[in-house]
Amino acid sequence: MAEVLVVVEANAAGVKKVTLELLTHARELGTPAAVVMGAPGAAAALTDKLAEYGAAKIYAAEHEDIDNHLVAPKVSVLAHLVARVQPAAVLVGATQEGKEIAGRLAVRLDNGLLTDAVAVAADGAATQVAFAGATIVTARVTRGLPLVALRPNSISPTPAPADAEVTPVAVELTDADRLARVSERVVEQKGSRPELTEASVVVSGGRGVGNAENFTMVEELADLLGGAVGASRAAVDSGFYPHQFQVGQTGKTVSPQLYVALGISGAIQHRAGMQTSKTIVAVNKDGEAPIFELADFGVVGDIFKVVPQAAEEIRKRK
Amino acid sequence: MNIVVLVKQVPDSGAERTLRADDNTVDRAAADNVINEMDEYAIEEALQLQEAGGGEVTILTMGPERAAESIRKALSMGPDGAVHVTDEALAGSCALATSRVLAAALRELNPDLVLCGAESTDGRVQVMPHMLAERLGMAALTGARKLTVDGDTLTVERQTDEGYEVVTAATPAVVSVWDTINEPRYPSFKGIMAAKKKPVRTVSLADLGIPAEEVGAAGATSAVLEHRRRPARSAGVTVADSGDGGVRLVEYLATEKFV
Repeated sequence: MAEVLVVVEANAAGVKKVTLELLTHARELGTPAAVVMGAPGAAAALTDKLAEYGAAKIYAAEHEDIDNHLVAPKVSVLAHLVARVQPAAVLVGATQEGKEIAGRLAVRLDNGLLTDAVAVAADGAATQVAFAGATIVTARVTRGLPLVALRPNSISPTPAPADAEVTPVAVELTDADRLARVSERVVEQKGSRPELTEASVVVSGGRGVGNAENFTMVEELADLLGGAVGASRAAVDSGFYPHQFQVGQTGKTVSPQLYVALGISGAIQHRAGMQTSKTIVAVNKDGEAPIFELADFGVVGDIFKVVPQAAEEIRKRK
Repeated sequence: MNIVVLVKQVPDSGAERTLRADDNTVDRAAADNVINEMDEYAIEEALQLQEAGGGEVTILTMGPERAAESIRKALSMGPDGAVHVTDEALAGSCALATSRVLAAALRELNPDLVLCGAESTDGRVQVMPHMLAERLGMAALTGARKLTVDGDTLTVERQTDEGYEVVTAATPAVVSVWDTINEPRYPSFKGIMAAKKKPVRTVSLADLGIPAEEVGAAGATSAVLEHRRRPARSAGVTVADSGDGGVRLVEYLATEKFV
């Protein structure tokens, strides 16, 4: 079977969940081959996890200049690898970096590109969701190989132990790869909460939360449910919570198992970012709020009464 | 510094949007068409840079004839002029072809800085800045929440999932911005009147030297096989809080095994 190249994303905590999902998808298309691109030593730290989730091969492209520049060096590595390996498909996460890599690679290879897919069939046809999840599209790359960006949380990653034979890849960079230099990376994410787009539970607050201090109530419920915290645009624009936690149009798209909307009316721009969530619950004082049209379970009431009571009840049951 | 701002006309994200049944493209006739919201932040950033350091601000739009309305609206905020790439053969263009056309237009304009919104509200694909940078041999600084210009050095704070990155590059470069970067101005009455007289140059594929069959639906590198409406979520149970709303919420979460 031909190899399927999976572009690995990792952070300080190790391999990102989206990469494990890609490996799970890749098994249906061919032999999963993970591509690790980073500083010297990057692959060694990730090998076990990648093997556990089915990477038969790991291409290790390690160079000092990969991490301190935006995506261009990675694109050069991948372009060489695609020419050498002739893979059945290239899968990236539909993340900021994944999409940027895919966009450049598409130009470099003169190859079609499908983004925001939630599934990819054995023949390379991808299922995408468009217009805030309201439309489902099946599409295919018609020039080149299937180059597909898959959304986080589109599949449950399942282990399938494989050999993970590590193959070093020579990294040859040009000046064009070094145009955008990263001089500093600042982590603002608070505590140990899961990343918003990868979390299986997201608890979001909206304008109804009232102010920045009250967001501790949202955070508390998120922590009790092991989830990430999100915010509506209204809450972000009012300065209650930072923009990187914004869910909806002009923010993140999330698709968790459980989405909890607190004090969020559910404007179409917010629904754009969350309506493919598996289960949605909402608390809002306005019974006419459109969020209740989506909610599997809704409580019309004061979030400042309902949420603390819910938190207390969860603690009791633990 | 000469700045080109990319502006896209999109169907209003606040309204119902659909794909057409005949050719699987965005149904632009059925919706109100507006400037892609994020692009207004790019225009504002360009105008602020112009106010501080001079130079020209030019709008570049690829789109059908009616995108001219959005170009006038963009000009009413203050840019000097616009280039409108329009050609019937462009309908149905994929991102790859779109980037080829925009890159060709940008080569003629030869800007020091290309500014655009971080994503469009219709496609939300986010690949255009990097595709253009790849074609033009420029740096792409994407997802900026802050942009500083010092001579020919650009520095951005790039928003990431975990925080931000400080990224620098020399001009010329492509910078895409989020809506956290500034607060776009409203066009003044004077601005609206002035916009009517500003030069808008219409450019065809032939002008750019691009064969019609290599773009649009004919030259697309991906194809939609089918599309359908996602079944509407059926509303579930909504209860009014009568003192035990929190408990009932947790009971529901427990039956769904979240607690």
